[in-house]
Amino acid sequence: MKPAPFDYEAPTTVADALKLLGSHEDARPIAGGQSLVPMLAFRLARPSLLVDLNRIPSLSGIEEKGGVLRIGAMTRQAKVLASDVVKRHAPLLVQALENVGHPPTRARGTIGGSCAHADPAAELPSAMIALDATMVIAGSGGERRVRADDFFIGAFETALQPGEILVALELSKQQGVSAFLEVSARKGDFGIVTVAARVAVKDGRCIDAALVLGGIAERSVRCAEAERILKEQGATPKAIDAVLAALPLDAVTMDSRSASAAHRRRLIPELCRRAIEAALASQVTP
Amino acid sequence: MTARNVSFTLNGKPATLAVEPRQTLADAVRQHLGLTGTHLGCEHGVCGACTVLLDGDAIRGCLMLAVQAEGLSITTIEGASPPEGLSVIQDAMQRHHALQCGFCSPGMVLALESLFAHTPCPGEDDIREAISGNLCRCTGYQPIVAAALSVAEKNRANLGAAAPSA
Repeated sequence: MKPAPFDYEAPTTVADALKLLGSHEDARPIAGGQSLVPMLAFRLARPSLLVDLNRIPSLSGIEEKGGVLRIGAMTRQAKVLASDVVKRHAPLLVQALENVGHPPTRARGTIGGSCAHADPAAELPSAMIALDATMVIAGSGGERRVRADDFFIGAFETALQPGEILVALELSKQQGVSAFLEVSARKGDFGIVTVAARVAVKDGRCIDAALVLGGIAERSVRCAEAERILKEQGATPKAIDAVLAALPLDAVTMDSRSASAAHRRRLIPELCRRAIEAALASQVTP
Repeated sequence: MTARNVSFTLNGKPATLAVEPRQTLADAVRQHLGLTGTHLGCEHGVCGACTVLLDGDAIRGCLMLAVQAEGLSITTIEGASPPEGLSVIQDAMQRHHALQCGFCSPGMVLALESLFAHTPCPGEDDIREAISGNLCRCTGYQPIVAAALSVAEKNRANLGAAAPSA
């Protein structure tokens, strides 16, 4: 349970961090360390060099500018959870964070670290997809932007290339109301099934919807057909029945001793119903 | 890998240690300083026994490398206890029989210290959330929650604050 030896550098700028990451073939960036340090302890990760991002001030902070909320990748989960501007701008992110770990892990864990780690059962990737977030990536060739839906590729696999760093997340103002629900063994554990639901209703019509399942496959699953039904038929009880009938249950591949694939398939419709209803119940007309 | 020096504030006093980068903060305070109040249970962030305070916030001592503490302020259970006797939380835990084997207790005390620093009069839900990342295999948690509630009650009386609506 002790990590294998590695070297350690703590640069203070993104440029220096990129240089260091480029200098070693198996260098790894470390953010809050809440997933990477256990992997080091189990020796599932054995980097030769750890590049600590905790000393880079430009990677932390929450800023709203021109209708876009930019959250630095190293912003602590606890900071985001307690942020009034995030609550106003992207309540779904706060709802998701309430399910992420515990106060001590959220005090160190970062918003970008969880996304870059891309655990298939983590809450934040689903929230980012449901919010249509933009992931801002820095590399030796400059910055590039990737939609969340294209960023998350598979289990622990993202669009980040070796030597690149996730520097920020950008969020447009959330359209509609939302809820994030999950079934987990204990509060704070990874989800067996998670649901991020977002519904935008205007003049009785559903103008936008997102329904994203997590914990069931290699990556979060966007329920395209269910979203289409919501948008076509509105968020009525009858439409919700149709939505639940159109969920991609065949996308469930996660099958473990603690939760079989069949169990997860049984959980999904009820959890989706509750999430959509909870989102609609939270509707406050501005 | 060679050891390197790291300087930080530990329990209010400056400390400098020569550590290997791979050493966790919890290992460093135990092995280099003999501060064995910080317990190590799972060593991968699940049990909370190694909880320490970083600038007042509870964190996992096993998930932070000692080298990362450079310039920061760390409090261990030794620093959260008065030189003589017990802290308010420790005293409440003793009175409510909130420990049996005591292995989780340092982590529980510091998780609660962190809670009370931000929320002097927490309700039961706040308390359960605050200790949700700390495993106790003896008490069933009820006496720990009762102890914390008694501290909240005392703070409320002292502050003349209204009971939380939650």
